Amino acid sequence: MRARASRPAALPTADATERREWTIASDVNAITPLVDAVQLLCERAGFSARHCRFNIPVAVTEAVANAIVCGNTSDPSRSVRVVLVVDSRQLVVEITDEGDGFDADAIRGAPHAPDWLEREDGRGIFLMRSLMTDVVTELAREQRGHTVRLILHRT
Amino acid sequence: MSFHLTRTDQLLIVDVEGQLIVNNRQEFKQAIIDQIDLGVRTVVVDFTQSAYIDSSGLGALVSLGKRLRDLGGDLRLAGLNDDLRTLFELTRLDSLFPLYASRADALAGN
Repeated sequence: MRARASRPAALPTADATERREWTIASDVNAITPLVDAVQLLCERAGFSARHCRFNIPVAVTEAVANAIVCGNTSDPSRSVRVVLVVDSRQLVVEITDEGDGFDADAIRGAPHAPDWLEREDGRGIFLMRSLMTDVVTELAREQRGHTVRLILHRT
Repeated sequence: MSFHLTRTDQLLIVDVEGQLIVNNRQEFKQAIIDQIDLGVRTVVVDFTQSAYIDSSGLGALVSLGKRLRDLGGDLRLAGLNDDLRTLFELTRLDSLFPLYASRADALAGN
């Protein structure tokens, strides 16, 4: 199933104060060093301590893990591209895999679902949505792969 | 992430240091399952030294909790900071596991 754009959204560029980009292998061991780097940039950019130590690391971990395990099926020939942009208003982390994508809007797993407490998986997108201001999904611009964009406004 | 196991008869204490996430949840889960298979029925996981957990880590705890309940045992979580408590409250998993302020409380079961 290919991903559908849930809404148009673009990375901020006009007044960007910080932009970083990484390409990582489809290896879950690559997640922690990446998240550590993102966390450091958030601290430098002046986001709240709670956002830096909790909201952002958990949401980025979820999105990158999804990209590696679900999107790229842990295929070592595929990689994950991560772009971070911080401006005066918000943080945006864009995670793009090389997989077939999924329709995040169709995944509305929430705590009121009957099997919620017993299932081992299926809480990642719920957590991303709970911890970020907004989560946007769309087809990658290159028409290959799937992009998840995590957006967190400054508070 | 690293974890340390201390077993006394049917009680297992697990100290977690660092993040319990997708790249280590299987190792964490299997180490505890091995102890359950050897007779452990009460597991106390102490998160005092843990920064955060992702949905994979939560899933591992759900699975272990179910396994223990099916055997008449239980999984108790201790030492969660405010962030980790928020995670359990958001996901409503605080209704599945007893959350204790300290390891001593978890061991006493109150």
